[in-house]
Amino acid sequence: MPEKFDAIVVGAGPAGITAAYCLARDGLKVVMIERGEQPGTKNTMGGVLYRQMLDEVIPGFWKEAPLERHVIDQQWWLLSEDSAVKFGHRNSEHDKEPYNAFTVLRAKFDRWYAQQAVKQGALLITETVVTRLLRDSAGRVIGVETDRPDGELLADVVIVCEGANTLVLEASGIKPKPRADAMAVAVKEVISLPREVIENRFQIQGDQGAVIELFGDPTLGMVGNAFIYTNKDSLSVGLGAMISEFQRRRVHPHQLLERFKQHPVVAPLVAGGEIKEYMAHMIPEGGYEAMPPLYGDGFLVCGDAAGMVIAVHREGSNLAITSGRLAAETVVEAAEAGDFSARKLSAYREKLEQSFVLKDLRQYRHLTPMMERSPQFLGVYPGLLNRALQEFLTVDGVPKRQKEKQILRRILKERPVTALLGDAYRMWRALG
Amino acid sequence: MHAVVCIKQVPDATEVRIDPKTNTLVREGIPSIVNPYDLHAVEAAVQLREKYGGRVTVITMGPPQAAEALQKCIAQGADEAILLTDRGFAGADTLATSYVLAQAIRKLNAENPVDLVFTGKQAIDGDTAQVGPGIAARLGIPVLTYICAIRSFNLETREIVVERLLEEGREVVAARLPVLLTVTKELNEVRYASLPSMLRAARYQVRTWNKDDIEADPKQIGLKGSPTIVSRIFSPPQRQAGLQLAGPAPEVARELVEQLLQRGVLTA
Ligand SMILES: Cc1cc2nc3c(=O)[nH]c(=O)nc-3n(C[C@H](O)[C@H](O)[C@H](O)COP(=O)(O)OP(=O)(O)OC[C@H]3O[C@@H](n4cnc5c(N)ncnc54)[C@H](O)[C@@H]3O)c2cc1C
Ligand SMILES: Cc1cc2nc3c(=O)[nH]c(=O)nc-3n(C[C@H](O)[C@H](O)[C@H](O)COP(=O)(O)OP(=O)(O)OC[C@H]3O[C@@H](n4cnc5c(N)ncnc54)[C@H](O)[C@@H]3O)c2cc1C
Repeated sequence: MPEKFDAIVVGAGPAGITAAYCLARDGLKVVMIERGEQPGTKNTMGGVLYRQMLDEVIPGFWKEAPLERHVIDQQWWLLSEDSAVKFGHRNSEHDKEPYNAFTVLRAKFDRWYAQQAVKQGALLITETVVTRLLRDSAGRVIGVETDRPDGELLADVVIVCEGANTLVLEASGIKPKPRADAMAVAVKEVISLPREVIENRFQIQGDQGAVIELFGDPTLGMVGNAFIYTNKDSLSVGLGAMISEFQRRRVHPHQLLERFKQHPVVAPLVAGGEIKEYMAHMIPEGGYEAMPPLYGDGFLVCGDAAGMVIAVHREGSNLAITSGRLAAETVVEAAEAGDFSARKLSAYREKLEQSFVLKDLRQYRHLTPMMERSPQFLGVYPGLLNRALQEFLTVDGVPKRQKEKQILRRILKERPVTALLGDAYRMWRALG
Repeated sequence: MHAVVCIKQVPDATEVRIDPKTNTLVREGIPSIVNPYDLHAVEAAVQLREKYGGRVTVITMGPPQAAEALQKCIAQGADEAILLTDRGFAGADTLATSYVLAQAIRKLNAENPVDLVFTGKQAIDGDTAQVGPGIAARLGIPVLTYICAIRSFNLETREIVVERLLEEGREVVAARLPVLLTVTKELNEVRYASLPSMLRAARYQVRTWNKDDIEADPKQIGLKGSPTIVSRIFSPPQRQAGLQLAGPAPEVARELVEQLLQRGVLTA
């Protein structure tokens, strides 16, 4: 007879660890099952970790957790082939405790976070793959099957936090295979550089951090973006775009990353660095419309597995953490009532509706499809803007009035007034 | 039967790089694993226990995080795990390492007589293959190295017959228990641990012993007990690829003579 737990958590990423942490803290018998050698070894996130959501789980976590830098400087760069229009913000509020966001390296961070859950009493099983959910004759989920000998475990409830690659949900008939236009693929390198060099290049000191998101040329105008994040003594440099777009353009993300690092505004930032790691990962960017069922008889789905990513704000780990926490809350209530039916577990969805998670996901639900239908946003505008500024800033004796006319004419040639107005309207609608 | 298996936590060799500037191992951020040969040693001990009953105890000398390696061995089927950890053990060479392990085995033997001690054939980082024989010498028991098969094992006659993997073939030898075996990968296939074993390992609390627990002589442990001096570590220079000549024989012969003349091997 397989051992029975109160709850089984599939996957030890931010969502799963949070769920296990909260359940163990509240006295439930919980086990986390992770396929990687350690939590975090399979994770790729850039990444920026926002403080607020984790602070609600472990108050003051940032005093102990292995974090890289606190973010004080955020920039958005629109790139043409050889130039950039830069936009950014830096403030001293984000330089003060308790800080707003941190850069993290997930291999270190997830491992630490999982240890906190273990300290609360959760069991962690690594190097073990969950192959499918077990159901009883009435179709209720009653446990999991793993790839180990004697590999079944039973539980009142299974919390699926398997990340973007939803093989368990698919094998269990809860969700179809994702479509190529609902899934992005991202590649990332960790490039080591001396601390002082990073601090000089990004104008930061001590544990201050800077992050840059880059649009346009890095993805050849495909829907997606590139990023450069500062760690203590390395940079996380990567880019991603929709799988369907990579297929259509017949380019490989790795080629694009190599090309990106040679861009004239990027090369000086990464010069002299040594590549320490290379990783590739999927990001579910289908948004609200592509989300699977979030609960059913005996199971809940959190984080990336549930498609909880807001790509424009590079938010994912925070939605994962909040959904993990709300799932645990729901399960604790269900355990008190001794009822793990879909009806009881639907409270999870209500909690998500009341939180930023579903509010934000719903607000941005048209954005990705709109961007995919409108390649001009990342394909045309960055180049236009760069050429316009270049022309405007070139002092060559042409009178300013004439210059403005030239620029306007150039813009209107590439995007007529009606198209410009249409784009403005589309963007306004999509941002809801 | 009581088998004690000595295991070492080592950096995952597939991920180790050598810093070309300082010629030292870059260990930072590299995951640790159980020395691969030692997993075969654990497997052998567990298989004997499954057949003849008894206990398998795994021990390691190392820093606190080496407890993870021991836990992995519990998942592989060991009954008990003991971490030998003490600031005083740091900086040990093979002499001091084998002393500490031998002291621990003596203590285990007093609790429950030990029939077999296992080690790996060598550690993939230190690579000396000295620790196993060192322990046997200290305990005054026979040592059989490079074991690739256990032919028979008899607790009544207290005899074990094994095969040793040698360059020129296999050697079949018999010895009386207790005995120390150093094992090769050919000995067995390491099992994929069952889920109940994984759960047992996740719950298992590793016991720790310090230098006083094993009544260690302070002069024989750690840096003090380590006469070895490492003068330099370097990766051997890559060998140049040889020259290959192909084509019709007369041309190749002409080219060969030409090359030998150029290199001064032949003189005209
Ligand atoms: C390149 C990149 C950059 C990103 N940057 C950011 C950022 O800056 N900020 C941000 O907030 N988000 C970012 N994200 C998104 C973020 O990584 C995810 O939203 C977040 O990791 C989701 O957490 P999760 O716990 O749901 O899933 P994951 O972190 O993916 O964790 C899932 C875990 O489950 C395990 N698992 C999967 N299947 C099984 C199975 N069958 N059995 C057992 N274990 C299994 C996996 O090994 C993994 O450890 C980025 C993503 C990528 C790819
Ligand atoms: C020349 C030299 C100098 C060194 N100097 C230092 C130093 O100054 N500081 C330092 O910290 N390290 C040092 N080391 C590393 C350390 O001495 C050795 O790693 C250790 O003594 C084991 O030797 P080995 O790795 O060659 O193991 P081997 O003899 O190749 O290992 C054979 C088997 O012995 C067993 N075994 C080995 N080590 C252990 C252990 N710790 N616990 C349990 N079982 C074990 C395992 O079963 C293993 O398969 C040095 C190593 C060398 C070769």
